[in-house]
Amino acid sequence: MIACENVSFAYDGVVVLSDLSFNINKGDYVCVVGENGSGKSTLIKGILGLKSPIKGSIAFEGMDKRDIGYLPQSAQMSSDFPSSVNEAVLSGRLNSMGKRAFFDKKDKQEAKKAMELMDIYDIRGKSFGELSGGQRQRVLLARALCSAKKLLVLDEPAAALDPKASYEMYQLVKRINDEMGITILMVSHDCRSAIEFASHILHLGRTRYFYGLKEDYIESDIGKNYLCIWGCEHHVH
Amino acid sequence: MFINAIQEIFSHAFMVRALITGLFISVTAAVVGVSLVLKRYSMIGDGLSHVGFGALAVSTALGFAPLAVAVPVVIIAAFFLLRLSNSAKLKGDAAIALISTASLAIGVLAVSLSGTNADLNSYLFGSIIAVSKPDMYLSVALSVIVGAIYVVLYNRIFSVTFDEEFTTATGANTGAYNMLIAISTAITVVLGMRVMGALLISSLIIFPCLTAMRVFKTYKGVMLCSCVLAAFTFFAGLVASFMLKTPTGATIVLVNLVAYLVFYAVGKLRAGVLR
Repeated sequence: MIACENVSFAYDGVVVLSDLSFNINKGDYVCVVGENGSGKSTLIKGILGLKSPIKGSIAFEGMDKRDIGYLPQSAQMSSDFPSSVNEAVLSGRLNSMGKRAFFDKKDKQEAKKAMELMDIYDIRGKSFGELSGGQRQRVLLARALCSAKKLLVLDEPAAALDPKASYEMYQLVKRINDEMGITILMVSHDCRSAIEFASHILHLGRTRYFYGLKEDYIESDIGKNYLCIWGCEHHVH
Repeated sequence: MFINAIQEIFSHAFMVRALITGLFISVTAAVVGVSLVLKRYSMIGDGLSHVGFGALAVSTALGFAPLAVAVPVVIIAAFFLLRLSNSAKLKGDAAIALISTASLAIGVLAVSLSGTNADLNSYLFGSIIAVSKPDMYLSVALSVIVGAIYVVLYNRIFSVTFDEEFTTATGANTGAYNMLIAISTAITVVLGMRVMGALLISSLIIFPCLTAMRVFKTYKGVMLCSCVLAAFTFFAGLVASFMLKTPTGATIVLVNLVAYLVFYAVGKLRAGVLR
């Protein structure tokens, strides 16, 4: 579905990722792990077309940008923006509108379904800016669900959440992957969730990369090393 | 007695022209202003008004039709300022300040060099007598066009304003919407300058949204409230300025300030009650 070939990214001439190649297939659950500054978010931005690679190519097969749902890092949103929960979630249906000017019944139904799944339908009239971090994250995930037809991209979905809420978030993402057949590409600090839920791991190290099945990652040197640092080895089995 | 006063005011043809022109422009400015304020582009509106002043002054001095020159010049400036404020490398706000003061200086020089019937005061602070019939028709027509664009693209403009990255990532051409916002702002600024003047037009853009945001917390609420506020404050300011013989533009800005303070208090009270 997504083919990355020898892509490199740079900020102001400093290369942050070089010669990375991998393929994501339909239905995969790919978790991107690695230290801070290893280029995880940069790669996500590249795949979403928000940043151009200096080298290599990223190609979509059997999908285009309008099939993507995206959950950005929550920190970017301003809290005084006037928007109801409903307005924010509905805006995820924009890429299904084609040439229509306004949302129709189906758009509103899809938004309702997404809000019910995220358990935010009761607060749909509330102001987005007045919500807690966890609630906001649910709203943005509902919006991402509305726009995701084939691929859901999540950048640190649990960064602002407490442990219980983040575990629920990961379970929800897994359900979306299983029940709706939506491909998942997720950046995460949390290697436990990566090991528990993902089908594939993309590890971005400073000097080397790993891409492959989770099972192979656990057995690899780079994987053993990383999981050991984070004290996750006992979660493996 | 109040009704009589209103009737007397609008028995003057120029006041009727000012009212119609001003109502259309102020509501359009409010609509455009919501996206500018929320995208943190308020300074662009202000910068454009100074560019507009320079363009109007120069074109008048050279004997061209003022609006025909000013509208395209300000649209080009809008493209430019938008690009500047989007680039992280250049100091966007400093560049905007530079362009706006330079335009202001060029305008003042053009007015003083030409020295004929051009009145510096009316450019800078607006003049309701300056609104001619063709001005009125043009203002109404362009306001209706800009308004229609904002209605048709309402949901898209919301999304671009709320979260530009998400909107780009999921397949929309956000660059085009940003340009559209810039062009609409440019048109509104140039038209509004006739009534409000270069120094006060940006208040028509910024005040209604900021005021509405004190009380309303949804996008639709802020949008509708801004439009009503813009129409009301313009009308109240126009009538007050006629009765008190004060400058129109400044009076309208003061009415807007009072409305802001009232909404601020209401917002605070409400938050207190809810807590």
